[in-house]
This record gives sequence, structure tokens and C-alpha cells, in this order.
Amino acid sequence: MVIIGAGGAGLRAAIECSAAGLKTALVCKSLLGKAHTVMAEGGIAAALANVDNQDGWTTHFQDTLFGGKYLNNWKMAEFHAKESPDRVRELEQWGAVFDRTGEGKILQRAFGGHTYRRLAHVGDRTGLELIRTLQDKGIHQGIDVYMECTITRLLKDGPRACGAFGYWRETGKFVIFKAKSIILSTGGLGRCFKITSNSWEGTGDGHALGYQAGAQLLDMEFVQFHPTGMVWPPGVMGLLVTEAVRGEGGILRNNKGERFMEKYDPKRMELSTRDVVARSIYTEVKEGRGSPHGGCFLDISHRGAEYVKKKLPSMYHQFKELADVDITTGPMEVGPTCHYAMGGLKVEAATGATRVPGLFAAGECSGGMHGANRLGGNSLSDLLVFGARAGKGAADHARSAPAAKLEEAEISAAADEMTGYFSREKPENPYQLHVELQNTMQSLVGIFREDGDLKAAVEKLQEYKDRARRVGVLEGNRMFNPGWHLCRDLQNMLICSEAITRAALLRKESRGAHSRLDYPAYDEYWGSHNLLSEDRNGVMDVQPMPVVSSPDLQTLVDERKAKEKK
Amino acid sequence: MSDTSLASASASGGPHGLGATDRRDSWWLGPMLVFLGLVAFGVYSTWAAWTGTDYLLQSHGAYYLSPFYSPDVKDLFGIAPPFSFAFLILWIPLGFRATCYYYRKSYYRAFFLDPVACAVGEPKGRTYRGETAFPFILQNMHRYFFYLATIVLLFLWFDALRAFFFTGPGGHLQFGMGVGSIIMLLNVIALSAFSMGCNSFRHLIGGKMDCFSCSGAARTRYKLWKGVSVFNLRHQEWAWISLFSVGLTDLYIRLCCMGIIHDVRIF
Amino acid sequence: MSKREFKVWRGDAAGGKFVSYPVDVEEGMVVLDAIHQIQRQQAPDLACRWNCKAAKCGSCSAEVNGKPRLMCKTRLDSLPDGEPVTVHPMRSFPIMRDLVTDVAWNYTVNRKIPPFTPKKDTQWLMQQEDVDRVQEFRKCIECFLCQNVCHVVREHDKKDHFAGPRFFVRIASLEMHPLDSLDRIPLLKKEAGLGLCNITKCCTEVCPEEIHITDNAIIPMKERVVDRYYDPVQIVIRKLTGKDKKD
Repeated sequence: MVIIGAGGAGLRAAIECSAAGLKTALVCKSLLGKAHTVMAEGGIAAALANVDNQDGWTTHFQDTLFGGKYLNNWKMAEFHAKESPDRVRELEQWGAVFDRTGEGKILQRAFGGHTYRRLAHVGDRTGLELIRTLQDKGIHQGIDVYMECTITRLLKDGPRACGAFGYWRETGKFVIFKAKSIILSTGGLGRCFKITSNSWEGTGDGHALGYQAGAQLLDMEFVQFHPTGMVWPPGVMGLLVTEAVRGEGGILRNNKGERFMEKYDPKRMELSTRDVVARSIYTEVKEGRGSPHGGCFLDISHRGAEYVKKKLPSMYHQFKELADVDITTGPMEVGPTCHYAMGGLKVEAATGATRVPGLFAAGECSGGMHGANRLGGNSLSDLLVFGARAGKGAADHARSAPAAKLEEAEISAAADEMTGYFSREKPENPYQLHVELQNTMQSLVGIFREDGDLKAAVEKLQEYKDRARRVGVLEGNRMFNPGWHLCRDLQNMLICSEAITRAALLRKESRGAHSRLDYPAYDEYWGSHNLLSEDRNGVMDVQPMPVVSSPDLQTLVDERKAKEKK
Repeated sequence: MSDTSLASASASGGPHGLGATDRRDSWWLGPMLVFLGLVAFGVYSTWAAWTGTDYLLQSHGAYYLSPFYSPDVKDLFGIAPPFSFAFLILWIPLGFRATCYYYRKSYYRAFFLDPVACAVGEPKGRTYRGETAFPFILQNMHRYFFYLATIVLLFLWFDALRAFFFTGPGGHLQFGMGVGSIIMLLNVIALSAFSMGCNSFRHLIGGKMDCFSCSGAARTRYKLWKGVSVFNLRHQEWAWISLFSVGLTDLYIRLCCMGIIHDVRIF
Repeated sequence: MSKREFKVWRGDAAGGKFVSYPVDVEEGMVVLDAIHQIQRQQAPDLACRWNCKAAKCGSCSAEVNGKPRLMCKTRLDSLPDGEPVTVHPMRSFPIMRDLVTDVAWNYTVNRKIPPFTPKKDTQWLMQQEDVDRVQEFRKCIECFLCQNVCHVVREHDKKDHFAGPRFFVRIASLEMHPLDSLDRIPLLKKEAGLGLCNITKCCTEVCPEEIHITDNAIIPMKERVVDRYYDPVQIVIRKLTGKDKKD
């Protein structure tokens, strides 16, 4: 078993695999426990009904579908809503220490798009709690962790995925993993955009590795811009400001002091879904009602200093130290930041299997669960539920799969690709190309999109792809050389960017996180179709496919649709 | 500090040599002040205890007993060793402070240079055993010094309250207040605040429990633990305040006894 | 836009030196921004670890002007003007390259700590006041600055006999967990070498999460060790009441 990516999904999958008795290798680009999951702040959505006892899986399911504008894979949403309470309780039994209710149960907080108070949390550092718990559980269960190792290619035996090729960041030496099952859990692709909450790791590795190995990418046009990222100072632009600020009662205002969400979603106000809030802020700024640094104001100071420090300690420190702003006495400036890819590898709901035998995916790099827009708190529960499911699916597959053999030619091709970056004649600067890519994606494929921009972006991407063939190492050798690493990461970002842009061009409507200025309304056809990208002889092909529905869930879906119409 | 800077990194830990650092702030200032403060107090208190005189002010009906000489074992129990009886008592507060977690930090830094400051090199060629071997393993007896110091503290409270009663013309005690009474009261408050913040006390009162809500007694101990924690947070500050207050209280009484200054009676 | 000189340590296990780079300073800039700018414009192969850039992952630990810090949290305007800013890798761990050190020792220590093991038949009810202490310890982002600054590691190189502040915090979080059933006091005294700590508090001074490592974790653990091994009265009472746990 090889699991690529040691965030929440990867760790949870690894625990499942090793519990099933399989020899499990967990490979990650950073040190263990540093994955982007630590940045998840607000909580884990699970219908535990500890605070609001009316809550149950059906409501959570309906909220998820409504948030995803009914493009979600229904089965995934069902598994997710049904199983997340157990996954949360299991975390507690593995040592996680959540905030408590007066009765001593796990406390839950309100969040955008959730009907009831549903997010199990630890202040505003829930992701850290989750990853530390899984990490400790995992290492004591005997998972082999390979840190600071980047996978650059999946190896195949005929149609089957059977191995992974990569390099050690420290030495630059190559490494080959042989496996009967491989799980991709590499997280997001936010580094394609200029303003992002993602770390350097979010380069869409799993998306691209899977795509290159023959798997399909689903819903790539849906990139979530989190409404509240920091906008100042420049160094931290895009840094996440947790939705928990709004969950705890934070109010958004423009420079005239107006609570502008009254205009856009008077019912849910600040706790509307993320796509709506992000667009609202963007619109306010565009129409000249923004804050001095191009965002809007988010104010939580009315809750009192003690409360804010207790419930949002890391936000308090983040603003105090990085922006000289005391959020207990005044508002913070926030604006949208690229946060999450709803799109990812198309997988079986029950097992996380892609269409490539032996290849599985879980977490952000898989698609289908969140549809057109993810609800806050649903990502941590997603990675627990589907991390576990993919782990089990991959373990079952590994038990029945015959031994595979690695192809020499594939290995040497993978090695040549990596050494090739050292032998460019006039190497293109990878940092420069990355900046240009980010600017293009940000300005042409950002929150609001239109035909002309998207077509221009497709052309730009074609140019970048040519230039990416020429990027090379400007200085240094193979030992811990970030310039060399970026050369390879760029290739992944380009695949993701192309998939996002091509799908966005085809989806001629506005839905969830995808907003077209030229097609501002919902479209009936697109309301029941996803877009699927796949590689056909080196060319990206994007085709619609009907949403994966399920007759047994039809009543629940109709019920919610009827309720929203009222 | 460029001459002491570590020009190249050592592969991993190991003594870097005294003062070796890239720090450019005044890291030596803190330990130096601690060194001077403790030496000054040490010299004064030893001398004051040595004299065996001028520790009890009884003029104008006052009764001010120096904290260095409390309890007054000579007066109470007739114990009269061939040296100043202060030494029969002072080992208790001395031991309490010497084993105090805060003072340990400060003198390990200022006197033993182990380490002198954070991320600053230490002298080479020393064996380090921390608090695992004699003498520092005795630090583990801190709680017993706390118990003893609490008894001494009760005497000091008695002395402070006694200082508010003055012998009147008819030989009767009457309530009153002099500057000395206030000084003695403030001193014993400072000493109490120091004792209340003791880390061992914090452990014994409630910190040793894993569950604060599991019984009625546990809930009470939790409240006490919370209270002690408030003082513990400022243990360093109270350590210094009470150190100076106890020295100054002795000095005040001593100067009054010597007739250099006169106690002012407020009422 | 003003310029500032950065002296960044470049090299590997064989040795290295400070190399100077001019950096364009923007308002609100942190040291990690400067390192990124140097990577982008002057030294594309400058090795450094970072992830979240928000003081939540603990990757970008280094020594800035000689002080162990997170680079993402150290603002340039907090450093003295008019002199170069030095950035050096953590000194207590073996150098890999430039600012990257080999922190594997920490992961080895962590493996030796018995994990959370719940009491049997628990109802999983805990009050907030019971978990407050544990939650403080669980804020730890494993930046290992405390391990780096601790003189027991840094100056006396006791890595084989000493767990270090981070793992005293970890053990404290397990020992104070209201539902944990294991006893790690013998581990603390013996393998973890708690007695080697002389509570000089540098760990607390450098902790970016402001965990009161010494007062809330190490000293309470020392007191529990005293209960078990040094306090004669408690030892006798345990013997008499037959509550003496085996270690």
C-alpha cells in the first residue's frame, strides 16, 4: 500500500489500511503533521446533535446538496452525512480533545450553510487537533512514514497502477515505491492562483498524477474562493480568516458601515454559503465600497475581548502579530482568497476507486462530494469519511490483486524527466513562470468569469505549457533545491489550471463557485450535469456527464428543493 | 558580538563556549541584575541576621519584630544559642526560596551560567546532570520547605497584626497604626502572595488531579487551584517583591531601633 | 521602498557561511517573505522549510538575529534597523542544507511515548474545565524551537537521555487527560529524563504558541515525579494503603 499525501485524508486512509494488516507506506512532501489540514480552523461538520437535537443525517445531507447546488454525487453526500458523527467520535477515542458542552459532550458551533449548529471544534485550530490525533494514532499503529519525498509519476503495469516514482527532497535521489494499491490524498491546487490560502504544497499533485495515469477529473471549474482571507499586509495576502469568526457572530460591513449581506442574502446574512459571501464582498469592492486595502470589514469586537480570545485565539494572534490589528477592539480587513478545489479525481462513492485499477483518491484531490460549492466544515468530515472508505477500498483491492511488475522504460522516463531540468540550454525561470500563471488564473479565471477571459486564459496556458517544457534549474544541485522542485510542481499546476479553465469555458451558467458574467443565471441542463476531463492522447478532453443520483434519496432532495422555493 | 558569533554551525548540540551567540540584544543584562540583586540581598540578610541586635522596636508602645527574627524563639521558648538565633529560623525561608522553581531558574542562569541566557553558549568542559544528582536532586524536597515556610508565615502574620497594637499609658494594648505597622502588613501580604503562588502548592492543592469535575471535593480543589494559578502566573514578580519587602522591613525596624529614623505613629 | 541586508546561512553538513543578500522591504513584511524574495530573485536553490505561513504548522523555524523564531511570524519592523538581519538554521539539529535541519530525533522520541489509552467503559463525558489544561498543550505546532533552544539538547547534547520540552508537553497532555488510563510517570523519570531539565524556561520564552511549557507542563510533571519517587510521606502512605503502583 502506498498513500501519497499525509494530510487528514492520507493519515485516515493509512490508519485504515494498517488496521487491516497491510504494510502501509505514507509518503509526504513536508514533515509529518505539517500538511495543509492544520489550516482548517472552524471545525468538523457532523450531525452529532449535541447542541441542536433536531439535527440528523438527512438535514446534513440536504444542506450539503443545497450548498453544492445539487451537483454533488448523492451517494457520497449520503455516506458523508451518515458516517461523519462516527468518525468524529472515533477521533475523540483516539485522543482528540474537543471543546465541551455543559453536559460534557462535544460542543458544536454554527457555520455557513448548515441549518443547525453542527461543527465539532477546538477553538479555531480544529485541523491541527485532527492531524495531531491521526498522526499519533498512525505512528503507534506501525505506519511507515516517508517524509519530504515528492512523487512525480505513477507507474503502471498495463492498465493497473502499481507503483510510484519520486525523489527525496533532502538528497535529490530517486525512489520507487511498488504497491498493489495506491491512494492519492494530496490535497488542493490553490497555488495555481495568486491570492490563495494554500501553502506551497497545494500544487494539484494528486489531480495531475491521477489524470496522467488515466483517471478522470470531475467538476474542475468549481474553485472555492473563501470569502475571508487577509488582504493586508502584502506578505500575508490570502491568508485564511476562519469562517468561525462569522460563526461566532462576526459582521461584515463596507466602507460606509453598511451590513451589506442584508442586500445579498437577508435570510442567512454572514452565514450564507461561501460562494455567495465571496461574490458579495467582491462586488462591494468593485463598486467602490471596499476597505482601504481592497477588502471589506469583518467585526467580531462586539462579542467582547475575553470571548474572542477564548474562541478565536489564533485569529487574535494572527491579526495582532501580522497586521497590528486588535480584533477584540476593532474590525479586520478581509477579502476573498482561493481556498479549496471542489473538483478532483472521479471516484466510486463507496471505495474511493478511480477508473484506474489499483488507484484510489480521497480528500480534496477527489471530486464529487461537494458539487458546485463546499460548505465550511464539510472538508474535515469529508477527509475522515472518505479517507477511511478509500483506505478500506484500497486494502480490499490489495488483498485480491496479483503481484504487479514495474516497467523499466517507465522508470527511466520518469528519471529522465527529473534530471532533464538540469540540462536545459537556456532554462526558463520556474519562479517567473509560476508568478505569470498565478496572475493569469487570478485575473482571468477568478471569482467572476466570462467567455473572452477564459478563451484568453486557454491561449495563455498553451504558451505556458510550451515554456514549461523549457524550465530548468538555474542554480544548485539536487540537494534540497526548491527551484528544481518547482520545475516539476509547475507541470501539475498547468494540468489543473487547464482543466479548470476548459471546464469553466464550457459551463455556460452561474452556479455555486462558478460565476459567469455572461451567463449569470442557472441553466437547467447544467443543473443536472457535471464536467469530466480526461487525457486523450495528450490532449485534454472535457465532456458533460449526468449527476450521479440515487432513487432512494430522491424524496430528501425534492423536499429540500421545495423548501427553498418557498 | 561578532567576535563570539558562531561562524559555522556545529553538526548538532554540544557546548559552544561561554557567551557564543548570534544574539545582538542585551542578553547579559537579565542575569546580571539577578546576580546583583541576589548578592545584595544575601550580604545584607546575612549581616542583619548576624548582628543579633536591633530587631525588635519597642519604643513609644510599638512592638515591631523584624521578619528575620520571627518567631522570636528567645522570647517565646527561651532558646538562646551562642550565636544569633535568627539562624535557627532563617534556613527555612532560605531553603524555601533556594528550592523554589522560579529562583532555581534565576540562579542556574545568573550563578551557574547553565545556561546564562537562551541560545547563548555555555562554558565548555562541564558535566551536566541537571537535577538528577546531588546536590540539585534535593530540589525535589521543595514542598517540605513550603510546609515549614507556611508555619513561619503564620508567625509573621501574627507579628504584623501585633504591630497594630500599641502599649498605652496604663499598660493596656490599644489599636493603632504606625508606618511600621503598614510596612509589616504589606510585607506579610507580599510573602503570602509569594507562598500562594508556589508551584508545589499549586500541584498539591489541585494540580495533581486529572479530573476537576468528578466529585464535589474535586470541584472545590479546582477553584482553589484556579486561585493559586493566578498567583503562580506572577510568581517571579512576587518572588522579587517579597524579597525586597522582607529586607526593607528589617531595615526599617533596624534603623528605628538604632535611632537613625523614627517611626511615625498615624493614630 | 527601502532595502535591507540579509545574511543568510548557506551550506550543508560539511560547513557553510553567512551570505549577504539585499532585500526590498515592503510594509508589514516578515522574515519568511524576505527569504522567498531571495529565492525568487537571487538564490533559486536556497533551501528552507515552510508551509502555512501563518504560524500554524511550525515548519519555518530558524534563528533570526540569534533568536529561535518562526520566520513567518517575525516582522522586519520588530528587528533593529540599520544592521543586517541574520538567519541561521536551528543549531541543535544536524544541518541538511541552508536553513533546513534534520529534525528526525523528535519523531523518534514521539514514537516512544505510549499513546492515549482510554479508560474502560467510559461514557466520553468531560467538562470544559477538565480539558482546558490538555487543550493548551495540544496547541503545540511542533516547530521544535523549544527542543532547539533547550540547553540540555543544545549545549549538553543529551538527546539519548532526554525527551525535551515538546515531549514533556505531550506527556503532560496525556497524563492530565481525564479519560486516559496509562501511567507515564516512570517514563518521565527514567527514559524521558525529566530530571535533566533545570527549568531555566528558555522553552517557554521561545514558544510561538505561548504555551506555558515550564509552569503548566514541566513543573506539574516534576511534582508528579516527586509524589511517586521522592516524597517520603506519600511513599509511606501508598505502601500502607497498598496503592503503590508498580513501575
